Amino acid sequence: MHNDPRGIRNRKIEETLVLNLLRLSGLISIITTIGIISILGINSVPFFKEVGFIEFFTELEWTPLFIPQNFGVSPLVNGTFLVAFVAAVTALIFGLGSAFYLSEYASRKVRKIIKPLLEILAGIPTVVYGYFALTFVTPIIQIIFPETIIFNALSAGIVMGIMIIPMVSTLSEDAMNAVPISLREAAYGLGAKKYQVALRVVFPSAISGIVASFILAISRAIGETMIVSLAAGGKPTLTLNPLDAIQTMTAYIVTVSQGETPQGSVEYNSIFAVGLLLFLLTLIMNLIGRFIVTKYAQNYE
Amino acid sequence: MKERFFHTIFLFAILVGIFSLVILFVDIISDGYKFLSWDFFTSYASRKAENSGILAPLAGTLWLVFMTAILTIPIGVSTALYLEEFASDNLFNKIIKINVSNLAGVPSIIYGLLGLAFFTYTLSLGKSLLAGALTMTLLVLPIVIIASQEAIRTIQPSLKDAAYALGATKWEVSKRVILPHSIGGIMSGIILAMSRAIGETAPILIISSIVFITTVPSGPLDRFTVLPLQIYTWASFPQDDFRAIASTGIMVLLFILIAMNSIAVYIRFKTQD
Repeated sequence: MHNDPRGIRNRKIEETLVLNLLRLSGLISIITTIGIISILGINSVPFFKEVGFIEFFTELEWTPLFIPQNFGVSPLVNGTFLVAFVAAVTALIFGLGSAFYLSEYASRKVRKIIKPLLEILAGIPTVVYGYFALTFVTPIIQIIFPETIIFNALSAGIVMGIMIIPMVSTLSEDAMNAVPISLREAAYGLGAKKYQVALRVVFPSAISGIVASFILAISRAIGETMIVSLAAGGKPTLTLNPLDAIQTMTAYIVTVSQGETPQGSVEYNSIFAVGLLLFLLTLIMNLIGRFIVTKYAQNYE
Repeated sequence: MKERFFHTIFLFAILVGIFSLVILFVDIISDGYKFLSWDFFTSYASRKAENSGILAPLAGTLWLVFMTAILTIPIGVSTALYLEEFASDNLFNKIIKINVSNLAGVPSIIYGLLGLAFFTYTLSLGKSLLAGALTMTLLVLPIVIIASQEAIRTIQPSLKDAAYALGATKWEVSKRVILPHSIGGIMSGIILAMSRAIGETAPILIISSIVFITTVPSGPLDRFTVLPLQIYTWASFPQDDFRAIASTGIMVLLFILIAMNSIAVYIRFKTQD
């Protein structure tokens, strides 16, 4: 054996070992995804065997905890999208306005102070927003619409919208910042005012990024759990009136989990079927949203 | 005229967000300050609001974050290092990259379902701290990975090139150049991920269900509750006193999160120059 003063062999072994350890870490994220899909799939199978796809998608009532049991998911989907729509509209109105302000009006100094403040909104735990919706926003809604009951979709939706303002604002602002300065300068050169540049040049050029932020906001709202569990009620209802009590898919999963539901019962399996639907809905919306963002980003490069 | 109108509209939009934040804090403090006392930290949950405290959930939260950090940090930083420095640009690695960003968009309640079916039942970990920490690890891993990747990407290539030119291997460059230079960004990513773990309610609720716990966990296999779950339980009671004590709990939760985020901001500020 010839001597190996710098330990080249050891270094090689070490290098291979490290590479494989790191690769293993990377694999964990793949395994997580496979785990999520298979767990949701496997536990949904007995549910769909018992209930059937047709009842799940066409029945108009969802009463799994009562007799007679009904497993029509449409009231849950309806409640979910009702809240998500209110949230996304709220977030779009204020998030887009914020993005215009930050990208077109604010000085660098103001921006440096306001932006981090706004982003605190995204870091507050959702259970805190749930409390806020229930104890602050709902009483205000009840003053304006006295017939409203404590649990309603509007309060949860508005508060959820406030929570995702920073997300919409950041995504829209990124899209606006990607609009080349030359476009703005051309408009200013023609004598356009600031608001005209913002609304007629920046807005149309950034529209795909703004649409993407709206889609991602809905996706985020669909998956939100604690605000709706606290403030939107526990009554699966087919309604378009945001002042009604509703139940979302996530809130249903929470309701079942709060009790000790025996593993293998149809109620236990039903949360995985609802979870699977929720997972697929958010996945599709995220993919569409991200597709628009990347496609847009390439436009000006 | 119109110019000023639109300026005001946009300014108003951003102020709505800021004002909401202020109102939220004022609402919580004005509801919750009256139950804030030393006893609140040293008592267990009780059937009477005025005797209730957060000893068990506070201990549960600390246990959970500690265990999640131990699991998350090595896996998250390794994955980021692998993706940025070691991985070649093949299909497998591209799939990992896309996968990480997709995982970041999966609703937290779905992770709860994964934890319930896999950790609690398949691995028979029950409704234990370990099942909770493993679930939370999977939930916050994408945050640590993405933040660490960004931190690693900001390193000047010349630093790495110099080390490679001296004959250093990839692991030596990682150990001596990349990690020391990106530690600030990685640390603040870890703190953000841990704040997320502290504030998450849904996955823990799915795994541990709502229970009346009056013990401090003594090991990873014990049952537990966490601060946000206790807040949720109190807030869902109809009595005003329980709602008030929920807001006292929120004050503690927000204090912990603000403290952690200030540290993250400080680290980012310190390591920027």
